Amino acid sequence: MAKGVKPRVKVPKTASAGETITIKTLISHKMESGQRKDSDGNAIPRSIINRFTADFNGENVIDVTLEPAISTNPYFQFDSVVPESGDFKFTWYDDDGSVYEETKSIKVG
Amino acid sequence: MKNTFKLKTAFACVVAAGLASSAFADADTDKLVINGEIDIITTTVAPAHLENVDTIYSGWHFRSDETQAFQMDDFDNPGMIGVEKASENWDTVDGSEGKSCASCHGEAESMAGVRAVYPKYNEEKGKVTTLAMEVNNCRTERMGAEKWKYTGGTMTDMVALISSVSRGMPVNVAIDGPAQSTWEQGKELYYARTGQLELSCANCHEDSYGMMIRADHLSQGQINGFPTYRLKNTKLNSAHARFKGCVRDTRAETYNPGSDEFIALELYVASRGNGLSVEGPSVRN
Repeated sequence: MAKGVKPRVKVPKTASAGETITIKTLISHKMESGQRKDSDGNAIPRSIINRFTADFNGENVIDVTLEPAISTNPYFQFDSVVPESGDFKFTWYDDDGSVYEETKSIKVG
Repeated sequence: MKNTFKLKTAFACVVAAGLASSAFADADTDKLVINGEIDIITTTVAPAHLENVDTIYSGWHFRSDETQAFQMDDFDNPGMIGVEKASENWDTVDGSEGKSCASCHGEAESMAGVRAVYPKYNEEKGKVTTLAMEVNNCRTERMGAEKWKYTGGTMTDMVALISSVSRGMPVNVAIDGPAQSTWEQGKELYYARTGQLELSCANCHEDSYGMMIRADHLSQGQINGFPTYRLKNTKLNSAHARFKGCVRDTRAETYNPGSDEFIALELYVASRGNGLSVEGPSVRN
């Protein structure tokens, strides 16, 4: 299991209805590509985050497939329209089967 | 034939002179504000002891707009991951005394202002010490814990945490009194040519800042932004690790991180940036 994995998300706390907001996400992860070798010459097994999704009130906003060439601590920034108050749910899927989740609420007023 | 050659030489000289004069304008004029609230002094009048430079610039000015933007928001700054890791260590009890950093110091915010005045003369030790040395002093003498490796990740993250709470405060290391002899040793090292390339720190960072060194934009070599997250090795780097890299690039045998020579050099280089804000953890390429 990858060590020191921690998701972070930045979502505005409030927005007006229909507003486009910017969301920033980052997960600390070593993203071992599988191409490197250790000092004894043995291949270091691949260990990456292979998928990232964001949902708003159950509706998918973004679904990303990550490949081994993506560097350490993958960062995603994207825009989303918020029609109503609700929860953003972010999910990262690790090669080792772990799933990391983070939820942020936003108020539309 | 001879005449043509002379003409060409003359032309080449004009071009070279043109480049040299424009190169110094290359520190850009952007303004650094972190999180929209911490104003950072990145350009200011050189401290009085500097003989050959009038204005001092943070290395931030010599980086591209994209790299500069990383540092304007803590969420975007990858160095803050190290700061977060260190915050956990700050509260973690270690060693025989059953203490953590927080047991004596409380919140990490209590260290505000500390980074700005280090390296500093330590009376008890009778020598100038760096922040990393003080962290290890605390660990071995107060916590009864093992030392951390001087330029290791855990140590550099901790220095970044201590540095982060001083951001915006002007660097103000003391160069007189008991620190003076160390400062003078550092100054001598700064101007001493080393290695097969016979380069001193000053050759690049004082005589040639603003110019390109192969694909890299030469800064003044200020260390107000250390520890620095470098995009090339995706981790926080300590000042001594950077010194080592620079000395190695002159093709010299380097001093060891944490050695008396590098402590002296750190004090001197820090004093060249007296007046710039503490920026660490900064982001550079």
